[in-house]
Amino acid sequence: MTARAVITGIGVVAPGQPGRENFWEMVVKGRTATRRITLFDPAPFRSRIGAECDFDPEQNGLTYQEIARTDRAGQFAIVAAREAVADSGIDLGTEEPHRIGVSVGNGVGNAISMEQEYRKVSDNGRQWLVDQGYMVPHLYSYVMSSSLATEVAWATGAEGPTTVVSSGCCAGIDAVGYAVDLIREGSAEVMMAGATDAPIYPITVSCFDTLRASSTSNDDPEHACRPFDLRRNGLVLGEGSAVFVIEELEHARRRGARIYCEVAGYSARANGYHMTGLRPDGREMGEAITAALDEARINPDEIDYANAHGSGTRQNDRHETAAYKRSLGEHAYRIPVSSIKSMVGHSLGSIGSIEIAASALSIDRGTVPPTANYEERDPECDLDYVPGTAREADLDVVLSVGSGFGGFQSAVVLTSPRRIR
Amino acid sequence: MSSISFDDLKAIMSRCIGELDGKEITEADLATPFTDIGYDSLAVLEIASQLQREYSLQIPDEAIEEMDSPKAVIDYVNANLAAV
Amino acid sequence: MTTSVVTGVGVVAPNGLDREAWWQATLDGKSGLGRIGRFDPSRYPVQIAGEAFGFDPADHAPQRLVSETDAMTQYAFGATNEALADAVVRPEDFSDLEMAVITANSSGGVEFGQRELQKLYADGPQAVGAYMSIAWFYAATTGQLSIRHGMRGPCGVLCSEQAGGLDVLAQARRVLAKGTRLVVSGGTDASLSPYGLVCQLATGRLSTRARPDRAFIPFDPEAGGYVPGEGGAILVVEDLDEARARGAERIYGEIAGYAATFDPRPGSGRPPGLRRAAELALADAGTLPDAVDVVFADGHGVPELDRAEAEALTALFGAEGVPVSVPKTMTGRLYAGGAPLDVAAALLALRDQVIPPSVNARPDPGYRLDLVTHSPRKARLRTALVLARGYGGFNAAVVVRSV
Repeated sequence: MTARAVITGIGVVAPGQPGRENFWEMVVKGRTATRRITLFDPAPFRSRIGAECDFDPEQNGLTYQEIARTDRAGQFAIVAAREAVADSGIDLGTEEPHRIGVSVGNGVGNAISMEQEYRKVSDNGRQWLVDQGYMVPHLYSYVMSSSLATEVAWATGAEGPTTVVSSGCCAGIDAVGYAVDLIREGSAEVMMAGATDAPIYPITVSCFDTLRASSTSNDDPEHACRPFDLRRNGLVLGEGSAVFVIEELEHARRRGARIYCEVAGYSARANGYHMTGLRPDGREMGEAITAALDEARINPDEIDYANAHGSGTRQNDRHETAAYKRSLGEHAYRIPVSSIKSMVGHSLGSIGSIEIAASALSIDRGTVPPTANYEERDPECDLDYVPGTAREADLDVVLSVGSGFGGFQSAVVLTSPRRIR
Repeated sequence: MSSISFDDLKAIMSRCIGELDGKEITEADLATPFTDIGYDSLAVLEIASQLQREYSLQIPDEAIEEMDSPKAVIDYVNANLAAV
Repeated sequence: MTTSVVTGVGVVAPNGLDREAWWQATLDGKSGLGRIGRFDPSRYPVQIAGEAFGFDPADHAPQRLVSETDAMTQYAFGATNEALADAVVRPEDFSDLEMAVITANSSGGVEFGQRELQKLYADGPQAVGAYMSIAWFYAATTGQLSIRHGMRGPCGVLCSEQAGGLDVLAQARRVLAKGTRLVVSGGTDASLSPYGLVCQLATGRLSTRARPDRAFIPFDPEAGGYVPGEGGAILVVEDLDEARARGAERIYGEIAGYAATFDPRPGSGRPPGLRRAAELALADAGTLPDAVDVVFADGHGVPELDRAEAEALTALFGAEGVPVSVPKTMTGRLYAGGAPLDVAAALLALRDQVIPPSVNARPDPGYRLDLVTHSPRKARLRTALVLARGYGGFNAAVVVRSV
């Protein structure tokens, strides 16, 4: 009998105020955290909108040394990990350290620090042969993403299998899938799994400008991200972290843990087509959904809610709608499909985990969060996108999906604790 | 610079993705869609980014969507340089 | 139970730009370390590195792909072509969804990234090119290989610095067990732009010696840091029965065991995790230490790390209980590419029944290691243990075995 993996603790640092309950309240009320960027002066940029965290590392309990050695992305992850541990009630001090593992999803590493320190050593881009006299002691940790897993391991005392999962914008789902695989095969009993990213800084904003993938609704940032809406004009960059305590089911039961949900199925595919482009047919995302359902031994018509990738770009939302129809058939028309990116933006490698947090909480609280800013129907996107207002519903099976540069497509299926025999 | 010639664009194109495996682009290809001469959507964005820099232009998204061939690029750039 | 085997090996290394050239150089003790050539290193305290001199990406990929990729991905193009050719894979025999790409990465496309950061700050946001968003990020190599070879199965990317190159082989094994039929795995890195080098300098672990033959000498009493290198290895991994059924020409060996651990946080007073990773990997392979014929050590070249590894090895195997090799003395540490290259060395050692040397290192007798030093050693080899440590606390171990 294969082991089963359940989520017993959730920590979130999302745009707006940090903390799981602040995050949940915001998305259920349909409030948007998208605004004119404040992390730097966005005036010279094509898109000047971001979904930013109102985050003070000291107020969130980080020590001075933790702050000194970490990037904003690492700080988010430490805070989210500690909230998840507290939420789960697990006493990590009594667990075998080598039975605790870490998997942190991430897209662009310690991007802000990497860029800030570059400016110093290069004298703001003047020198190709950068000046090592201006390097900071933790510079190597900024160029590698793996330091993010190190921080979560140190914050929790984990000594089991530890890594960063870095499959671009699917990393937040893939890191959870990786953790579940490790629990099922017996490599760990407890996984600190989740994701973090803090990409709102000039180089990443420039990238999305150049690709013309980000929204230019600079005069109306609160309504800039409009997933599935006919007038959508691109994504809005976000930032943040969500981290989970994921446990082997019997381990959770032995300590009487509260179970949010089981991670019942997970799968990834790649479109093998283009680094940024999507074919409209949604084939590989559909294949990922089908494979995740197969792993969970759940029929498509058992899905109660699809938590969408819904980035708000023209090509994604059409591609994703097609993927639901391919994989779920007529049932795709019968279920609510909503995108919280309308409110928290697209935090690249992190968003998959933030969306899993929303999905787990939707099961726990019996509420489907809405798609904010959805007003006008696109004939190519003709599903029920839960416009504006949250809905109460008993949710037994929730699907969450992701899609990203490099062609990555991932899907995860969460089930209510009611379904655990 | 007040106008762009085919040779100017060719130079930019080759900086963006290099000589296309021995096949030289000629004026006969002017109206051929980019996709048919081996330039994908990213390559066109890269060309646009270089044009913006070298010709001090701001190319709006709608114009990019219409830049489907070398000729369309040259026509757009020249029309907008003339307007400045 | 699936048995995951390696059927193809591709290499780009500082001392050889393809598999057999690198392997011959390795057996001949020819080092690829030298003075940095891609920029003038005179202002830096570290001037020795292992660069893949002479590698021409245009030999391995069309110009379009060369333009939009960093060197880290270009090395993977070359190594993957070689690995697939070596495995004699006919893609038409596979469904696209049955093939996957799973690579390790460490510092991303740092040279490409440095160039675009320079454009951003010297010329403004409009100067940043469209390829920055797909060339720099850690997932670039997996994405490009997946597209190029039409592999649409469960692709992935893992980052645990040098240890990540073993973690991906375990992930390859996992997806094979779930039904994928072929995985292109391993890793390549290229962290040697000026900014990349300065980032590495910050660890204080790089060797500042000017003589290439004394710069990287793990387990030597004079060890004083390591030399960074670039390149790596790509492996084709398949299920044994499937590989036999399709008539695979060569089965290099089985990925028989794996484990990963993480070092205790600083100040805990608890022992490091490398030994436990090795023990768990041996247990996973269903084997005992006395069945191991050779160890490819992490060989960091930093005295306290060398001592910790030597202690782990003697605790497991006894004093001088097993031959140990560190062929990376000839390439430098290749980060995400390093451990896959060590696995390639282990597999070719099994093929040719010979242990490659760890040239230049004269081991400290206090470590009580049987280090194979100046010249290759003929031996009966069936089982090899490969160890890797990643900066920040990562440990991984893989057992490869002849089938």
